[in-house]
Amino acid sequence: MNAIAVQGLKKSYLQGKETISALKGIDFSVHQNELFGLIGPDGAGKTSIFRILTSLLLADEGEASVFGLDVVKDFRALRKIIGYMPGKFSLYQDLTIQENLEFFATIFETTIDQNYDMIRDIYVMLEPFKNRRAGKLSGGMKQKLALCCALIHKPKILFLDEPTTGVDAVSRKEFWATLKTIQQLGISILVSTPYMDEAILCDRVALIQNGEILGLNTPEGIIDSFDRPLYEVFTNDKFSTLQQLRKLDITDKIYPFGESLHWITNNNIEEKLISELQKRKISIRFIRAGIEDVFIHKMSIKEHEAELH
Amino acid sequence: MKTFWSFVKKESLHILRDPKTLFILLGMPLAQILIFGFALTNEVKNSKLIVVDQSKDAESITLIQKIDASKYFDIHFAEVDPNKIDQLFKASKAKIALIISSGFSGQLLHSHSTSVQIICDASDPNTATAQSNYLSAIIGDYQKSLLSRGSLPMTIKPEVRMLYNPQLKGVYNFVPGVMAMILLLICTLMTSVSIVKEKELGTMEVLLTSPLRPALIIAGKVIPYLVLSMGNISTILLLSYFVFDMPVQGSILLLYFCSFIFILTALILGVLISTITDSQMTAMFISMVGMFLPTIMLSGFMFPIENMPKPLQFVSNIVPAKYYYIMVKNVMIKGLGFAGIYKELAKLFLLMSFFLIMSIRKFKIRLA
Repeated sequence: MNAIAVQGLKKSYLQGKETISALKGIDFSVHQNELFGLIGPDGAGKTSIFRILTSLLLADEGEASVFGLDVVKDFRALRKIIGYMPGKFSLYQDLTIQENLEFFATIFETTIDQNYDMIRDIYVMLEPFKNRRAGKLSGGMKQKLALCCALIHKPKILFLDEPTTGVDAVSRKEFWATLKTIQQLGISILVSTPYMDEAILCDRVALIQNGEILGLNTPEGIIDSFDRPLYEVFTNDKFSTLQQLRKLDITDKIYPFGESLHWITNNNIEEKLISELQKRKISIRFIRAGIEDVFIHKMSIKEHEAELH
Repeated sequence: MKTFWSFVKKESLHILRDPKTLFILLGMPLAQILIFGFALTNEVKNSKLIVVDQSKDAESITLIQKIDASKYFDIHFAEVDPNKIDQLFKASKAKIALIISSGFSGQLLHSHSTSVQIICDASDPNTATAQSNYLSAIIGDYQKSLLSRGSLPMTIKPEVRMLYNPQLKGVYNFVPGVMAMILLLICTLMTSVSIVKEKELGTMEVLLTSPLRPALIIAGKVIPYLVLSMGNISTILLLSYFVFDMPVQGSILLLYFCSFIFILTALILGVLISTITDSQMTAMFISMVGMFLPTIMLSGFMFPIENMPKPLQFVSNIVPAKYYYIMVKNVMIKGLGFAGIYKELAKLFLLMSFFLIMSIRKFKIRLA
């Protein structure tokens, strides 16, 4: 039995008079005790998937089950075995850390003491502030508390919708380390993030864009599936270089990437071109693609296909 | 059960940690009672008038015809002991009575002076004053017409008795009205806003993914406001006793019971409102416009329902505050027992059951 099994999931929303389809047929499954990532930009449909799987939304079409429990028919049983942390901070800001945790423990018919070992690692960091109101906590603290509240009843599976959005880099790193320890307790985790660098930390990832899965594999598998040469371009004038290189026939796609430009080409670049570029003070080097490059490439293929239709 | 109390505790903490709202909730009864201290004007039209004519002679009949000809009163003849008029009042048959004692004509013609008795139900003092003034004026007219006919001055002196509220105090009217308003406002507005707030903040998402039953969520939301509202009733009653010298004539227990049913009705209405809206602003707007205004206008508190056009009178039947207002007046001012209010209580109960069924059917176990 898979932790999550999703088949042909479709969902559209009515916005004014327009129907916007948020999910256009999603298929994926998550193995037990797997850390599975949904990677995609805002509006890709990640939150819709979370809400359907946590029985908060009904899909228009398709089927989904969590540990064999149908998300529509068995929603009562389902709600006992899941832990859900919504994208927006969803705890009571006017209650203290202690009160929030106690409340969520009791509504899941358990106590803090009973499952203390579940949250101990995170809670020790919160304990000094346990009488502080949740609204007065920093972003990283809030997120730790929310994770504690989602874990307190020892769920079989955790649903974490963009847990690291708006959290500083150090806290993000810490958070992913925590996720790994939670996974070791035998809990399956479905996590979504818009940050590509976090994808590598998952066991498997699904790349999502516009309600469709563009690719599903282990992070290495995703990177290996990338079959084009990729160059990192350093230059003093990023903008004009970008304009110039875009005009070349050999260019598939070129885009700014941090301090440099990333240049996906159709073929390997000949020495002649390299030396020509060097004369113009543009240095390039061949690099291995990251998840983000794969994602951008897959997106551009999709867009290209859409244009053809 | 433990889950339930933990929910109630959480809800109470929300209320207690928001001192501004708490201040409004507890200060409102005080402020409103003081604000509504001013009397309101009432117009008299087609009021039922009980006439006890023990004389039945030419003069008394002429007088009655003259009253009947005016647009102010509908005449209902009754053969009762003038001392038992208040039984008709308690049965809500009418609010004013005219008693013409036997030998009216004889006294008038021979001793040139006689009296008629006007008895008003002054639990609504404005109406009572207005009605007695109108009636006195008609009698005065009749007297003038007699003057022009005969040569000798003849006078009829109306003797007015205000039942239940001899000093015609305005508080007798507005205390029940303010009670109905405050309770409705706190219960409907606060519950609907507090449920919708959870939707807005996203905490509802987490609550819904827990094994909590919707009924438990509703009950947990409702209890703290129930307690708060019962407290407010006590404040109002204490205020009316110590500040306005207006004791509860009937059973305090019965009054609390009626209030309990009314509060429940309002709380369930609040839940119902919360099921059809997703923003605090909308919830507030519906509570204010949809609940508050009808309560003020159609409960009989400010404007007598019997003077309204038929469609509005019909609409007033679904305003819970109307029944509560009548019950509070009957128990608190007239001192009636259960027998005097059971009809209103039954109607209120029906309304409550209807709202309860609606809100359970409408309560969403999912987000959309």
